Amino acid sequence: MSSTKPVESMAAEFDRRNFDWYVDKFVQIIVFIAGISAIIFIIGIFVFITAEGLGFVLDDFSFKEFFLSPFWEPSDEDAPEYGILALIAGTASVTGLAMIVAIPFSLGAAVFIGEFASGKTRETLKVLVELLAAIPSVVWGFIGLSIMNPLIIELFDVPVGLNVLNAGIILGLMAAPIMTSIAEDALKAVPDRYREAAEALGATRWQVIFKTVLPAAKNGLLGAVLLGVGRGFGETMAVLMATGHAVNIPSSLFDPVRALTATIAAELGETAVGSQHYQALFTIGIFLFLITFVINLTADLIVRGIRKG
Amino acid sequence: MFAQSSLNVRNKRVESLFRTLFLLMTILLIIPVVIILGTLVAKGGGSLSIDFLFTDPTNGMTAGGIFPALLGTILIVVVALIASVPLGVAAAIYLNEYAGDNWFTRLIQLAIINLAGVPSIVHALFGVGAFVLFFGFGTSILAASLTLAIMTLPVVIVSTRESLRSVPQAFREACWNMGATRWQTIRRVVLPNAVSGILTGIILEVSRTAGETAPIMFTGAAFFLPFLPQSVFDQTMALSLHLFVVSTQVPGVPEGLPYGVALVLIGLVLLMNSISIAFRMYLRGKKKW
Repeated sequence: MSSTKPVESMAAEFDRRNFDWYVDKFVQIIVFIAGISAIIFIIGIFVFITAEGLGFVLDDFSFKEFFLSPFWEPSDEDAPEYGILALIAGTASVTGLAMIVAIPFSLGAAVFIGEFASGKTRETLKVLVELLAAIPSVVWGFIGLSIMNPLIIELFDVPVGLNVLNAGIILGLMAAPIMTSIAEDALKAVPDRYREAAEALGATRWQVIFKTVLPAAKNGLLGAVLLGVGRGFGETMAVLMATGHAVNIPSSLFDPVRALTATIAAELGETAVGSQHYQALFTIGIFLFLITFVINLTADLIVRGIRKG
Repeated sequence: MFAQSSLNVRNKRVESLFRTLFLLMTILLIIPVVIILGTLVAKGGGSLSIDFLFTDPTNGMTAGGIFPALLGTILIVVVALIASVPLGVAAAIYLNEYAGDNWFTRLIQLAIINLAGVPSIVHALFGVGAFVLFFGFGTSILAASLTLAIMTLPVVIVSTRESLRSVPQAFREACWNMGATRWQTIRRVVLPNAVSGILTGIILEVSRTAGETAPIMFTGAAFFLPFLPQSVFDQTMALSLHLFVVSTQVPGVPEGLPYGVALVLIGLVLLMNSISIAFRMYLRGKKKW
């Protein structure tokens, strides 16, 4: 035997493709598939709800009727009407009031937690906010139904307390903790050297906050508000239980309304699969999907904007 | 010491004014919730008992306990976790250990954000279209759990990724230098160091999954069932839907009953959350690096 090995066996010695190598490649493929699963699901959601609602969109869909008619009368046997204007008005009025309730409190709380509080106080408040955000929406709906309802009847002397005011307050209380944590993250993202520079120039604490931190965190705070809006738009159980569920374009805070989401939740169980009514509900679903998609995308772009700049 | 100028004094006053104002806003945010929780406990506490948890509802759900609903919620959560935890952890491993910082990763992140932001009722519609009808699972625990699994997937991915990221890069490099493959490094070094953080996220997901109502209404949860589910292809009652049913759909329910159900549900969710938070704080306290 000569002392030099043949070239092939030398190559075999450097060949790292042993069992572990194959396991490694296999795992890499598996985690890649898992990684893209979120994309697959988003596409899947759109495809499946569109597939179910497509019949309505193609055959019976009239843009004018769907978006501009205030009449949602799917069970009218002669001439069912599918107008979501009143439902949009319901969702918008409740979400709007919720934001009026939630924005000042959540931004104020975020500033206090992020800029004023320290140590134990801060930790405690953050935990409290996190726990508030965890209360399930059906519990909020129940609170609207059984606690807010009699309270509103008594305070404002109205016959029924399930209305825009009730649902708006409930939704505001629901959205506030989430907006607080996102807004607080946005404040935390402002580098400390901004604060130090302002303080070195002799600025007081509140001057630092108003003139330096808030302008720097502007986009993040806007993102927090937008995510709150998206949340309000998509909320289902709480608005189903607290709005009064009457198709109505509200003219006062004490009018009952009906939301887009609540309509699907209340009616889907009663419709036959594939019927016109069933497909119309899925068409509302497509609309909701697209709206929240745009809101989330915008919020994400706004928030990312500052991280880069 | 400098003399206190009038400007100085004014600034101090303004600062303490704002401090108080913001403190007030924070308190106002928390107070209503405390009042509400207090009312829940006051009105629902009376109907809580061991019997309430472990007996069936009777008299058309106007009396008796909540056992089938409680069991159903646990079943739905367990099946949902079996589906979403491996998938979510693997996705987080891909994002943190393999993916580069490019447009494709951005796209995945965008999809995750949107998955978390899609309204729960739209997830329900997807569940009906995909799992109930297309895959033919019917209205069943399996369909409901898979719908919830997809909905709560972002919770697992985000929290797992967070805990993978907290494992120092030097740990990985040391392992690679020993000739280990990427997967060997992940399995022997990265995951053992991140497992408690992953667990925290899973507990958080349990609390999210247990409280959801809309996604399971049409995919697997029933208003009332006279028997317990025998397999994942059966329907089941669930705590969250049970609260909706006894507070809106059933006439003649005594006042304390829905409060009791609400209390059990909120107790379950907040307990899970508290465990998750406490666990996280404990971990932060004993971190070695």
